[in-house]
Amino acid sequence: MRQRLGRLRLTPKGLPYLLLLPALLLELLIHLVPMVVGIAMSFKQLTQFFIRDWSSAPWTGLGNYHLAVDFSAPVGQSLLNSFWVTCAFTILAVGLSWLVGTTAAIMMQDAFRGRGLLRAAFLLPYALPVYAAVITWSFMFQRDTGLVNHVLHDQLHLTSDRPFWLIGDNSFTALVVVSVWRSWPFAFLTLTAGLQNIPRELYEAAAMDGAGVWQQIRRITLPSLRPVNLVLVLVLFLWTFNDFNTPYVLFGKSAPEASDLISIHIYQSSFVTWNFGAGSAMSVLLLLFLLLVTSVYLFTTSRRRGADD
Amino acid sequence: MRINRLAAATAVVATLALTATACGGGSSTGGSGDNSSPKTLTYWASNQGTSLENDKQVLEPELRKFEQQTGIKVKLEVIPWSDLLNRILAATTSGQGPDVLNIGNTWSASLQATGALLSFDDATFGKIGGKDRFLPATIASAGAAGKDPAAVPLYSMAYGLYYNKKMFQAAGIERPPATWDELIADGQKLTKDGKYGIAVEGGNVSENVHHAFTLGKQHGADFFDASGKPAFDAPEAVAAIKQYVDLIAKDKIAAPGNAEYANNQTLTDFATGKVGMMMWQSAGANLKSHGMNPDDYGVAPVPVPAGASGTKLTSSMVAGINLAVFKNTKNLNGALDFVKFMTGKDEQIQLNKTYGSIPPVADAQGDAAFATPELQALSKVLGSSAQPLPQVANESQFETLVGTAVKNLLAAAAAGKPVTDESVKAELTKAQQQMPAN
Amino acid sequence: MINPPASFRWTRRIVLALLAVFTLVPVGVMVSSSLKPLQDVQGPFRWIPSTLTVRPYFDIWKTVPLGKYFINSIIVAGGATVCSVLIAILAAYGVSRYRFRGRRLFTVTVLSTQMFPGILFLLPLFLIFVNIGNSTGVALYGSRGGLILTYLTFSLPFSIWMLVGYFDSIPRDLDEAALVDGCGPVRALVQIIVPAAVPGIVAVAVYAFMTAWGEVLFASVMTNDETRTLAVGLQGYATLNDVYWNQVMAASLVVSVPVVAGFLLLQRYLVAGLTAGAVK
Repeated sequence: MRQRLGRLRLTPKGLPYLLLLPALLLELLIHLVPMVVGIAMSFKQLTQFFIRDWSSAPWTGLGNYHLAVDFSAPVGQSLLNSFWVTCAFTILAVGLSWLVGTTAAIMMQDAFRGRGLLRAAFLLPYALPVYAAVITWSFMFQRDTGLVNHVLHDQLHLTSDRPFWLIGDNSFTALVVVSVWRSWPFAFLTLTAGLQNIPRELYEAAAMDGAGVWQQIRRITLPSLRPVNLVLVLVLFLWTFNDFNTPYVLFGKSAPEASDLISIHIYQSSFVTWNFGAGSAMSVLLLLFLLLVTSVYLFTTSRRRGADD
Repeated sequence: MRINRLAAATAVVATLALTATACGGGSSTGGSGDNSSPKTLTYWASNQGTSLENDKQVLEPELRKFEQQTGIKVKLEVIPWSDLLNRILAATTSGQGPDVLNIGNTWSASLQATGALLSFDDATFGKIGGKDRFLPATIASAGAAGKDPAAVPLYSMAYGLYYNKKMFQAAGIERPPATWDELIADGQKLTKDGKYGIAVEGGNVSENVHHAFTLGKQHGADFFDASGKPAFDAPEAVAAIKQYVDLIAKDKIAAPGNAEYANNQTLTDFATGKVGMMMWQSAGANLKSHGMNPDDYGVAPVPVPAGASGTKLTSSMVAGINLAVFKNTKNLNGALDFVKFMTGKDEQIQLNKTYGSIPPVADAQGDAAFATPELQALSKVLGSSAQPLPQVANESQFETLVGTAVKNLLAAAAAGKPVTDESVKAELTKAQQQMPAN
Repeated sequence: MINPPASFRWTRRIVLALLAVFTLVPVGVMVSSSLKPLQDVQGPFRWIPSTLTVRPYFDIWKTVPLGKYFINSIIVAGGATVCSVLIAILAAYGVSRYRFRGRRLFTVTVLSTQMFPGILFLLPLFLIFVNIGNSTGVALYGSRGGLILTYLTFSLPFSIWMLVGYFDSIPRDLDEAALVDGCGPVRALVQIIVPAAVPGIVAVAVYAFMTAWGEVLFASVMTNDETRTLAVGLQGYATLNDVYWNQVMAASLVVSVPVVAGFLLLQRYLVAGLTAGAVK
């Protein structure tokens, strides 16, 4: 009886909204409203003279944006440099993470002795807290006291002099290595799950037709993983592009130019030099870029998927 | 479709309402302080001791003394340096902050510009025992020139040249270098068998900018012109920074690896005898914790150019920690009482002794604890040849940009790339052009 | 794979061995450095400690109030996980089982929040929390509650999305039968869907917990001495004067143990949850 009353009140029309309400409210409070405030900030000259009372900060219209995209001036130039660095970094890191993850997932598809243990080991980097993991890498990358140079220079004699990893141009390599180390297990995990959905009969049929390992992978595994990959690559892209923790822990507040990721760059522009208006404008540009890339990505992939169906 | 639009409209209205409240957030901090909450205070201390916990152990007994004297309970929070400026910034924007706080003295003018800190005018100084108690150089680093200070000095430090007596003796050097030419000559004598003449903390932006400033003064560079406009790439500044970078690049008396030092490896290298000299502030306590005996090293002023005079004799920036009061405190009298307590003679002796710093308060300096050769030398520097960093509102940007420029140059030098007047100037010009226009 | 030739098996051994080295070396460095005396970690690198010492493991609790941070992290990450999972279950149920206006808009909006750069909304969020505190007296800034709210929204989009996939894979007949039997929709959810979706829910919970456990940026601004979490607290070992690398490593290990252990115990669920949910 009670339930029937309950059902009468919660008409099917209202119920789904009620179910979504908590999630919606929280997203509104934590993400969307602050976002709108952030966008408003980007139109203000919000320097340290005004942070105590935002409403008194003068509106600058598109001033902050002009400053950010004036690529002939140093501010715009360094933002552009940071943008390219981030693009190169993201492509490399996502590509490598995906490649390593796929390789490992395919090689671990068949059961062998110690597979469970190995899988656990492979997932470790993903499970470790960011700070703990990255600080260890920064310890390993120290020029004079780190493991990397100890192995490369002292033990293998591969380099004539000890290279720097945390400053200068090599810092880019260091950043990519750490990022791949941290994110390939996620690709591995997702793809392992994806592989479980491929029926064994497909492989058996292919083997009967005389397909070798490589052909099985090319004809069955990779096409079956396509839908997983679509999502995986997008998620990896967004996480990597926006990654703040890795460069921050590795390089601190001022990253070397070669590895000046956009997140750190914006952090420096707003928090270190106290120009929150300019920092917000750069963030908004970043957001627009990500929206554009994601929409194009989703549009092309869903159209193609639609054609497949 | 209609529902969508309605939902969208509602969301927009709700958003705007919230935005409005958010933007108005600062106004609550606009009012000046009062005494509506006279029994408690919140105090943010910076990390001065060997660890956060160590700071608490040092400060809490002192805070209890204050409570016994005044009945005011002080809630202490020790904040790591990595968070301090962000926390102050957050407190400034929201008005939710401590009553009294420590700030790096070089931040004084920047924070002063936000208007969040209480100005110490003569009347306010009167309440804490007068302005004359403090060393003039330390007061000069508590706010922009011509304005009432935004803070008062709490712990002071100065740079000195630390040298390893045994290594000097072994190399046949009789006294510490007084000029840069001597330093380079001595450094070259010390640089052999994997050891180096001097270590610099090249990956540390603040250290870099401190040395850039001191050397700049010695060359006659000010980094800001009289109207407060940045002048980073003046020829004098270029010469100063090139001289610093040349320690690695041309003179080769500092190890290339120094370019990435950012975790005080300089101290470790000095304490373990890997280098013969370093320019550092109040290193005594740390050297001791690394097992280096005070008799093993000497402290001299940082060298100056031969034949220099006037401000070209500057051998250090005025380093230290200032104590500031948030303007919107709910316990103004209590906060000032606390400032008076912390800058009083007894606490000054006690705390500076513990932290190995120099009291900025003249009458505390006479204590026997500060009569060590190290602190005597540094006190002398502080009293005679130390200059405050530019006290301008954009100081933190200056620190970041110039410090990073020097870091980049050192990195280039360490990687074997040539460092020329042109490359130094280009790096500094870039830094200058990134300074905000205001 | 059927009938892999010997060459494939050898390639596999070599590749997997190399990957294992790449993966495990940093962990090995963590362990060995945490057992070294301070001068070992400050001098040239060595694989084996000159003398084994467990002192760092005792010192870490004194240098930084790690115990307190531990409790904070457990409360914050645990709270965020529970709330995030509950809210995600409700939302996913709505999206999976009902067709309604704005359904697509909702999913797109929620997922797109993953794109927001944290820097952009850090300060505004902080201000909103402070304002809510000033006007309602609910202290969000500096409290664990505020951090729980923040973190749960970080994992919410991915959780909802994954659970929608998982719920979709549960035959509709099951809960429709329950509805016909007179169950309310909520009861159908609790009694039918949730038990059938345990692997997916566990996977989501693990993800939510890890997200909250490791976050640094927001925690550094939004916590104080009392509520500071482990991820931020770890920075306390690098003080103004010295970096205690051996303690940093020891503390990093100690901090990692709970998540890593939980993660490895639950990884089966994670794979199962992802299999049914996200990757379909």
